[in-house]
Amino acid sequence: MGNITLENVAKRFGEVEVIPPLDLNIEDGEFVVFVGPSGCGKSTLLRLIAGLEDVSGGRILIDGQDATEASPAKRGLAMVFQSYALYPHMSVRKNIAFPMKMAGMPEDEQKRRIDAAATALNLTDYLDRRPGQLSGGQRQRVAIGRAIVREPSAFLFDEPLSNLDAALRVGMRLEISELHNRLKTTMIYVTHDQVEAMTMADKIVVLQAGRIEQVGSPMELYRNPRNVFVAGFIGSPKMNLLTGPTAAEFGAETIGIRPEHIGVSTESGKWKGRIGVSEHLGSDTFFYVEGTGIADAITVRADGEIDLYHGDDIWLTPQEDKLHRFGKDGNRI
Amino acid sequence: MARKTTTGQRALITVAAWGIGLLISFPIIWTILTSFKTEATAIASPPVWFNFDWTLQNYIDVNTRSDYLRYFWNSVVIAVGSTLLGLAVAIPAAWSMAFQPTKNTKNVLMWMLSTKMMPAVGVLVPVYLGLRSMGLLDTRIALVTIMMLMNLPIIVWMLFTYFREIPGEILEAARMDGANLRNEIIYVLTPMAVPGIASTLLLNVILAWNEAFWTLNLTTTNAAPLTAFIASFSSPQGLFYAKLSAASTMAIAPILILGWFSQKQLVRGLTFGAVK
Amino acid sequence: MATQRAHKAARLMISPSVILLLAWMIIPLGTTIYFSFLRYNILTPPPSWTGVENYTYFLTDPAFIPALVNTLVLVLGVLIITTVGGILLALLLNMDFWGQGIVRILVISPFFVMPTVSALVWKNMFMHPVNGLFAHLFRAVGLQPVDFLSTMPLLSIIIMVAWAWLPFATLILLTALQSLDSEQMEAAEMDGAGWLSRFIYLTLPHLTRSITVVVLIQTIFLLAVFAEIYVTTAGGPGYASTNIPFFIYNLSLKQFDAGMGAAGGVIAVIIANIVAFFLMRAVGKNLEL
Repeated sequence: MGNITLENVAKRFGEVEVIPPLDLNIEDGEFVVFVGPSGCGKSTLLRLIAGLEDVSGGRILIDGQDATEASPAKRGLAMVFQSYALYPHMSVRKNIAFPMKMAGMPEDEQKRRIDAAATALNLTDYLDRRPGQLSGGQRQRVAIGRAIVREPSAFLFDEPLSNLDAALRVGMRLEISELHNRLKTTMIYVTHDQVEAMTMADKIVVLQAGRIEQVGSPMELYRNPRNVFVAGFIGSPKMNLLTGPTAAEFGAETIGIRPEHIGVSTESGKWKGRIGVSEHLGSDTFFYVEGTGIADAITVRADGEIDLYHGDDIWLTPQEDKLHRFGKDGNRI
Repeated sequence: MARKTTTGQRALITVAAWGIGLLISFPIIWTILTSFKTEATAIASPPVWFNFDWTLQNYIDVNTRSDYLRYFWNSVVIAVGSTLLGLAVAIPAAWSMAFQPTKNTKNVLMWMLSTKMMPAVGVLVPVYLGLRSMGLLDTRIALVTIMMLMNLPIIVWMLFTYFREIPGEILEAARMDGANLRNEIIYVLTPMAVPGIASTLLLNVILAWNEAFWTLNLTTTNAAPLTAFIASFSSPQGLFYAKLSAASTMAIAPILILGWFSQKQLVRGLTFGAVK
Repeated sequence: MATQRAHKAARLMISPSVILLLAWMIIPLGTTIYFSFLRYNILTPPPSWTGVENYTYFLTDPAFIPALVNTLVLVLGVLIITTVGGILLALLLNMDFWGQGIVRILVISPFFVMPTVSALVWKNMFMHPVNGLFAHLFRAVGLQPVDFLSTMPLLSIIIMVAWAWLPFATLILLTALQSLDSEQMEAAEMDGAGWLSRFIYLTLPHLTRSITVVVLIQTIFLLAVFAEIYVTTAGGPGYASTNIPFFIYNLSLKQFDAGMGAAGGVIAVIIANIVAFFLMRAVGKNLEL
């Protein structure tokens, strides 16, 4: 079981309110991603759930039990830290065994679980090494191994991939997703990278300045961002946000149109501009179009094989049914 | 520098560096050499360098005539005892300041450092009279206590700078893994802190071993360590160069060897972490 | 950052250190201040109240001005020798040569020699007017040997003390030098800066803080030089090599005048605190919490 409920949970550091009171429900088995720009309070929220920080108000329920005052050890949660936080003086085997040793688990059961985790995480050959002798990806797997052997009711991940290089990051992302599919345990994952959020989450929680901006599945957030912030944060490349007369034309303060929802033509269209930078990725092509008179640059996605380059004239046409309209307060109309 | 210096330049620098190194350490080298000479060769004019009959007689004489071992033992008890006592008091303090810093932590640390600034001579009179009235003059317990208090600020500071380098996330990980405070200290903190504690121990043993204000003023015979023993050679018997050298060599050798191992810690400890 | 319980435990863990140091500071210092207002000869108690008399006597004692001047000359002399010498040595040792490790050990060794040993070795084996190595050296080049400790006692002590502290300055400045970013140096070289400009504009500014620390820490210890004087000149001849600590020691434990010794102690504390104030600022600036 791993149902976690936050009721009116708030956090203040002295006078500064980092997290105003918020409610959140995390279902058993869900993969929830907290995403937001740095300093938005996502890590603090995770640490409140872990018990590494005291709440300033509200209650935390784990499986229906009030865990607000419980020590981190008593909450039955496991955490993977950004720096991995492996014990440098212990071998990989001892690192993984540590939580079980603390729980007083019998030796043979410890050994069985270590072997199982090592096999699952490809660590069998490294069990007797020290963390210092491992690569970044291997350390990451040890940290995960240490978390899974306790069979926690939920896993907490604090930006676990941010210290890895790009290629490894994609690989580890897949591994964590597979792990979730296999274990079906609740996972709470903190990241500032919306791609990780989109690819891994069952449910995304977008945070800004300690407030929850929107909660929903990746596609819900993608299709129906509740406000300008979520619209600009989710999706890569970013949604084009246009203001002024262009928006007024659609009866809105701001309109948003994703790069993939703009049609491209060399002959005719709604807006005319010139290609500033063109990025040919093979599968797709991205143009940063300047001189349209409606925004500094508009990002559009075109076919991978398209034969247009810097300096070429281009016509753009938005798909009006895919247009997002936002009012004065920034909320969706 | 990434580029290699030419062999010629390197040879030149090598000669200069060795020359200066030998010049600076010459008094020590000369003392050690002299300790193996007879008294006659020790004052021979012109001085004899290596071609003399090496003898251990001075070492034997110093040991048999002057009860050298007792002074040596006093030095060990005072230096090691005061440092261990200091560590016992300082480890919890440094631990909590490194891992639970409050807005007062900096002030407490600075204040501790400021106590180190108090010149010993400023409190010589009351300490001397106080110990005398308690009958503790010339006792090892008095020296151990005072040396501990003298070095406590340095011990706290050194430990603090070492502990601060242990990432807080690792302790949090231990807490998440179900370790209580006791287990956290035994299994995680202590093994990670041992190198820092060892360095602190080393440097403070050196400092206490060489301390020569309180040891000269508060001891006469019973608790006198090597500093005081050597000072007794300032009388005309210091003119027995070979014996003075043998006694000096024995007094400095252990700490010289310890010191060579503690170069890095020395910098950190004596600059209160300001230079690493 | 953590829970309430941890905070309480933290306070409990700091207390022993704080209480011990507080007691060590307040009790003897308070007593010193109290004694300084008493006419108190250790051999002929009981003491009696006398007001600021001890301070007047101390400050007007014929030894006070020489002692103060000697203290300052000793501190400044050693500081100049060790800082300048330390920078030069650090630059040399930071270069690439054979046997770096051993030379380093040779250079820092004097720091580990206890003061009484170094003082006696210098006094007898080097500076002795008949059998000292310097005397041999002088005779070898046809000069009259000099009795260093009676003709230039303060300078002799400066040499002994500087010999002990030069390694300290060297070691710290060398450590600081090694943390100098080599890319920065390379960038400056690409920008056309010569050896001297690199030293003046990059190396020296980089060393500034370490030099400050070296100067201040040494000052604390140099203000308290005692053993070297105790075993060599005993402050003489006359007051020629008496510094403040030795003067106070003489008053307290040789002339048994606890009151005047205490008054001197208070003044020594005040002098040290002026230096300490600057040291604390330098160290404190570096402590980020």
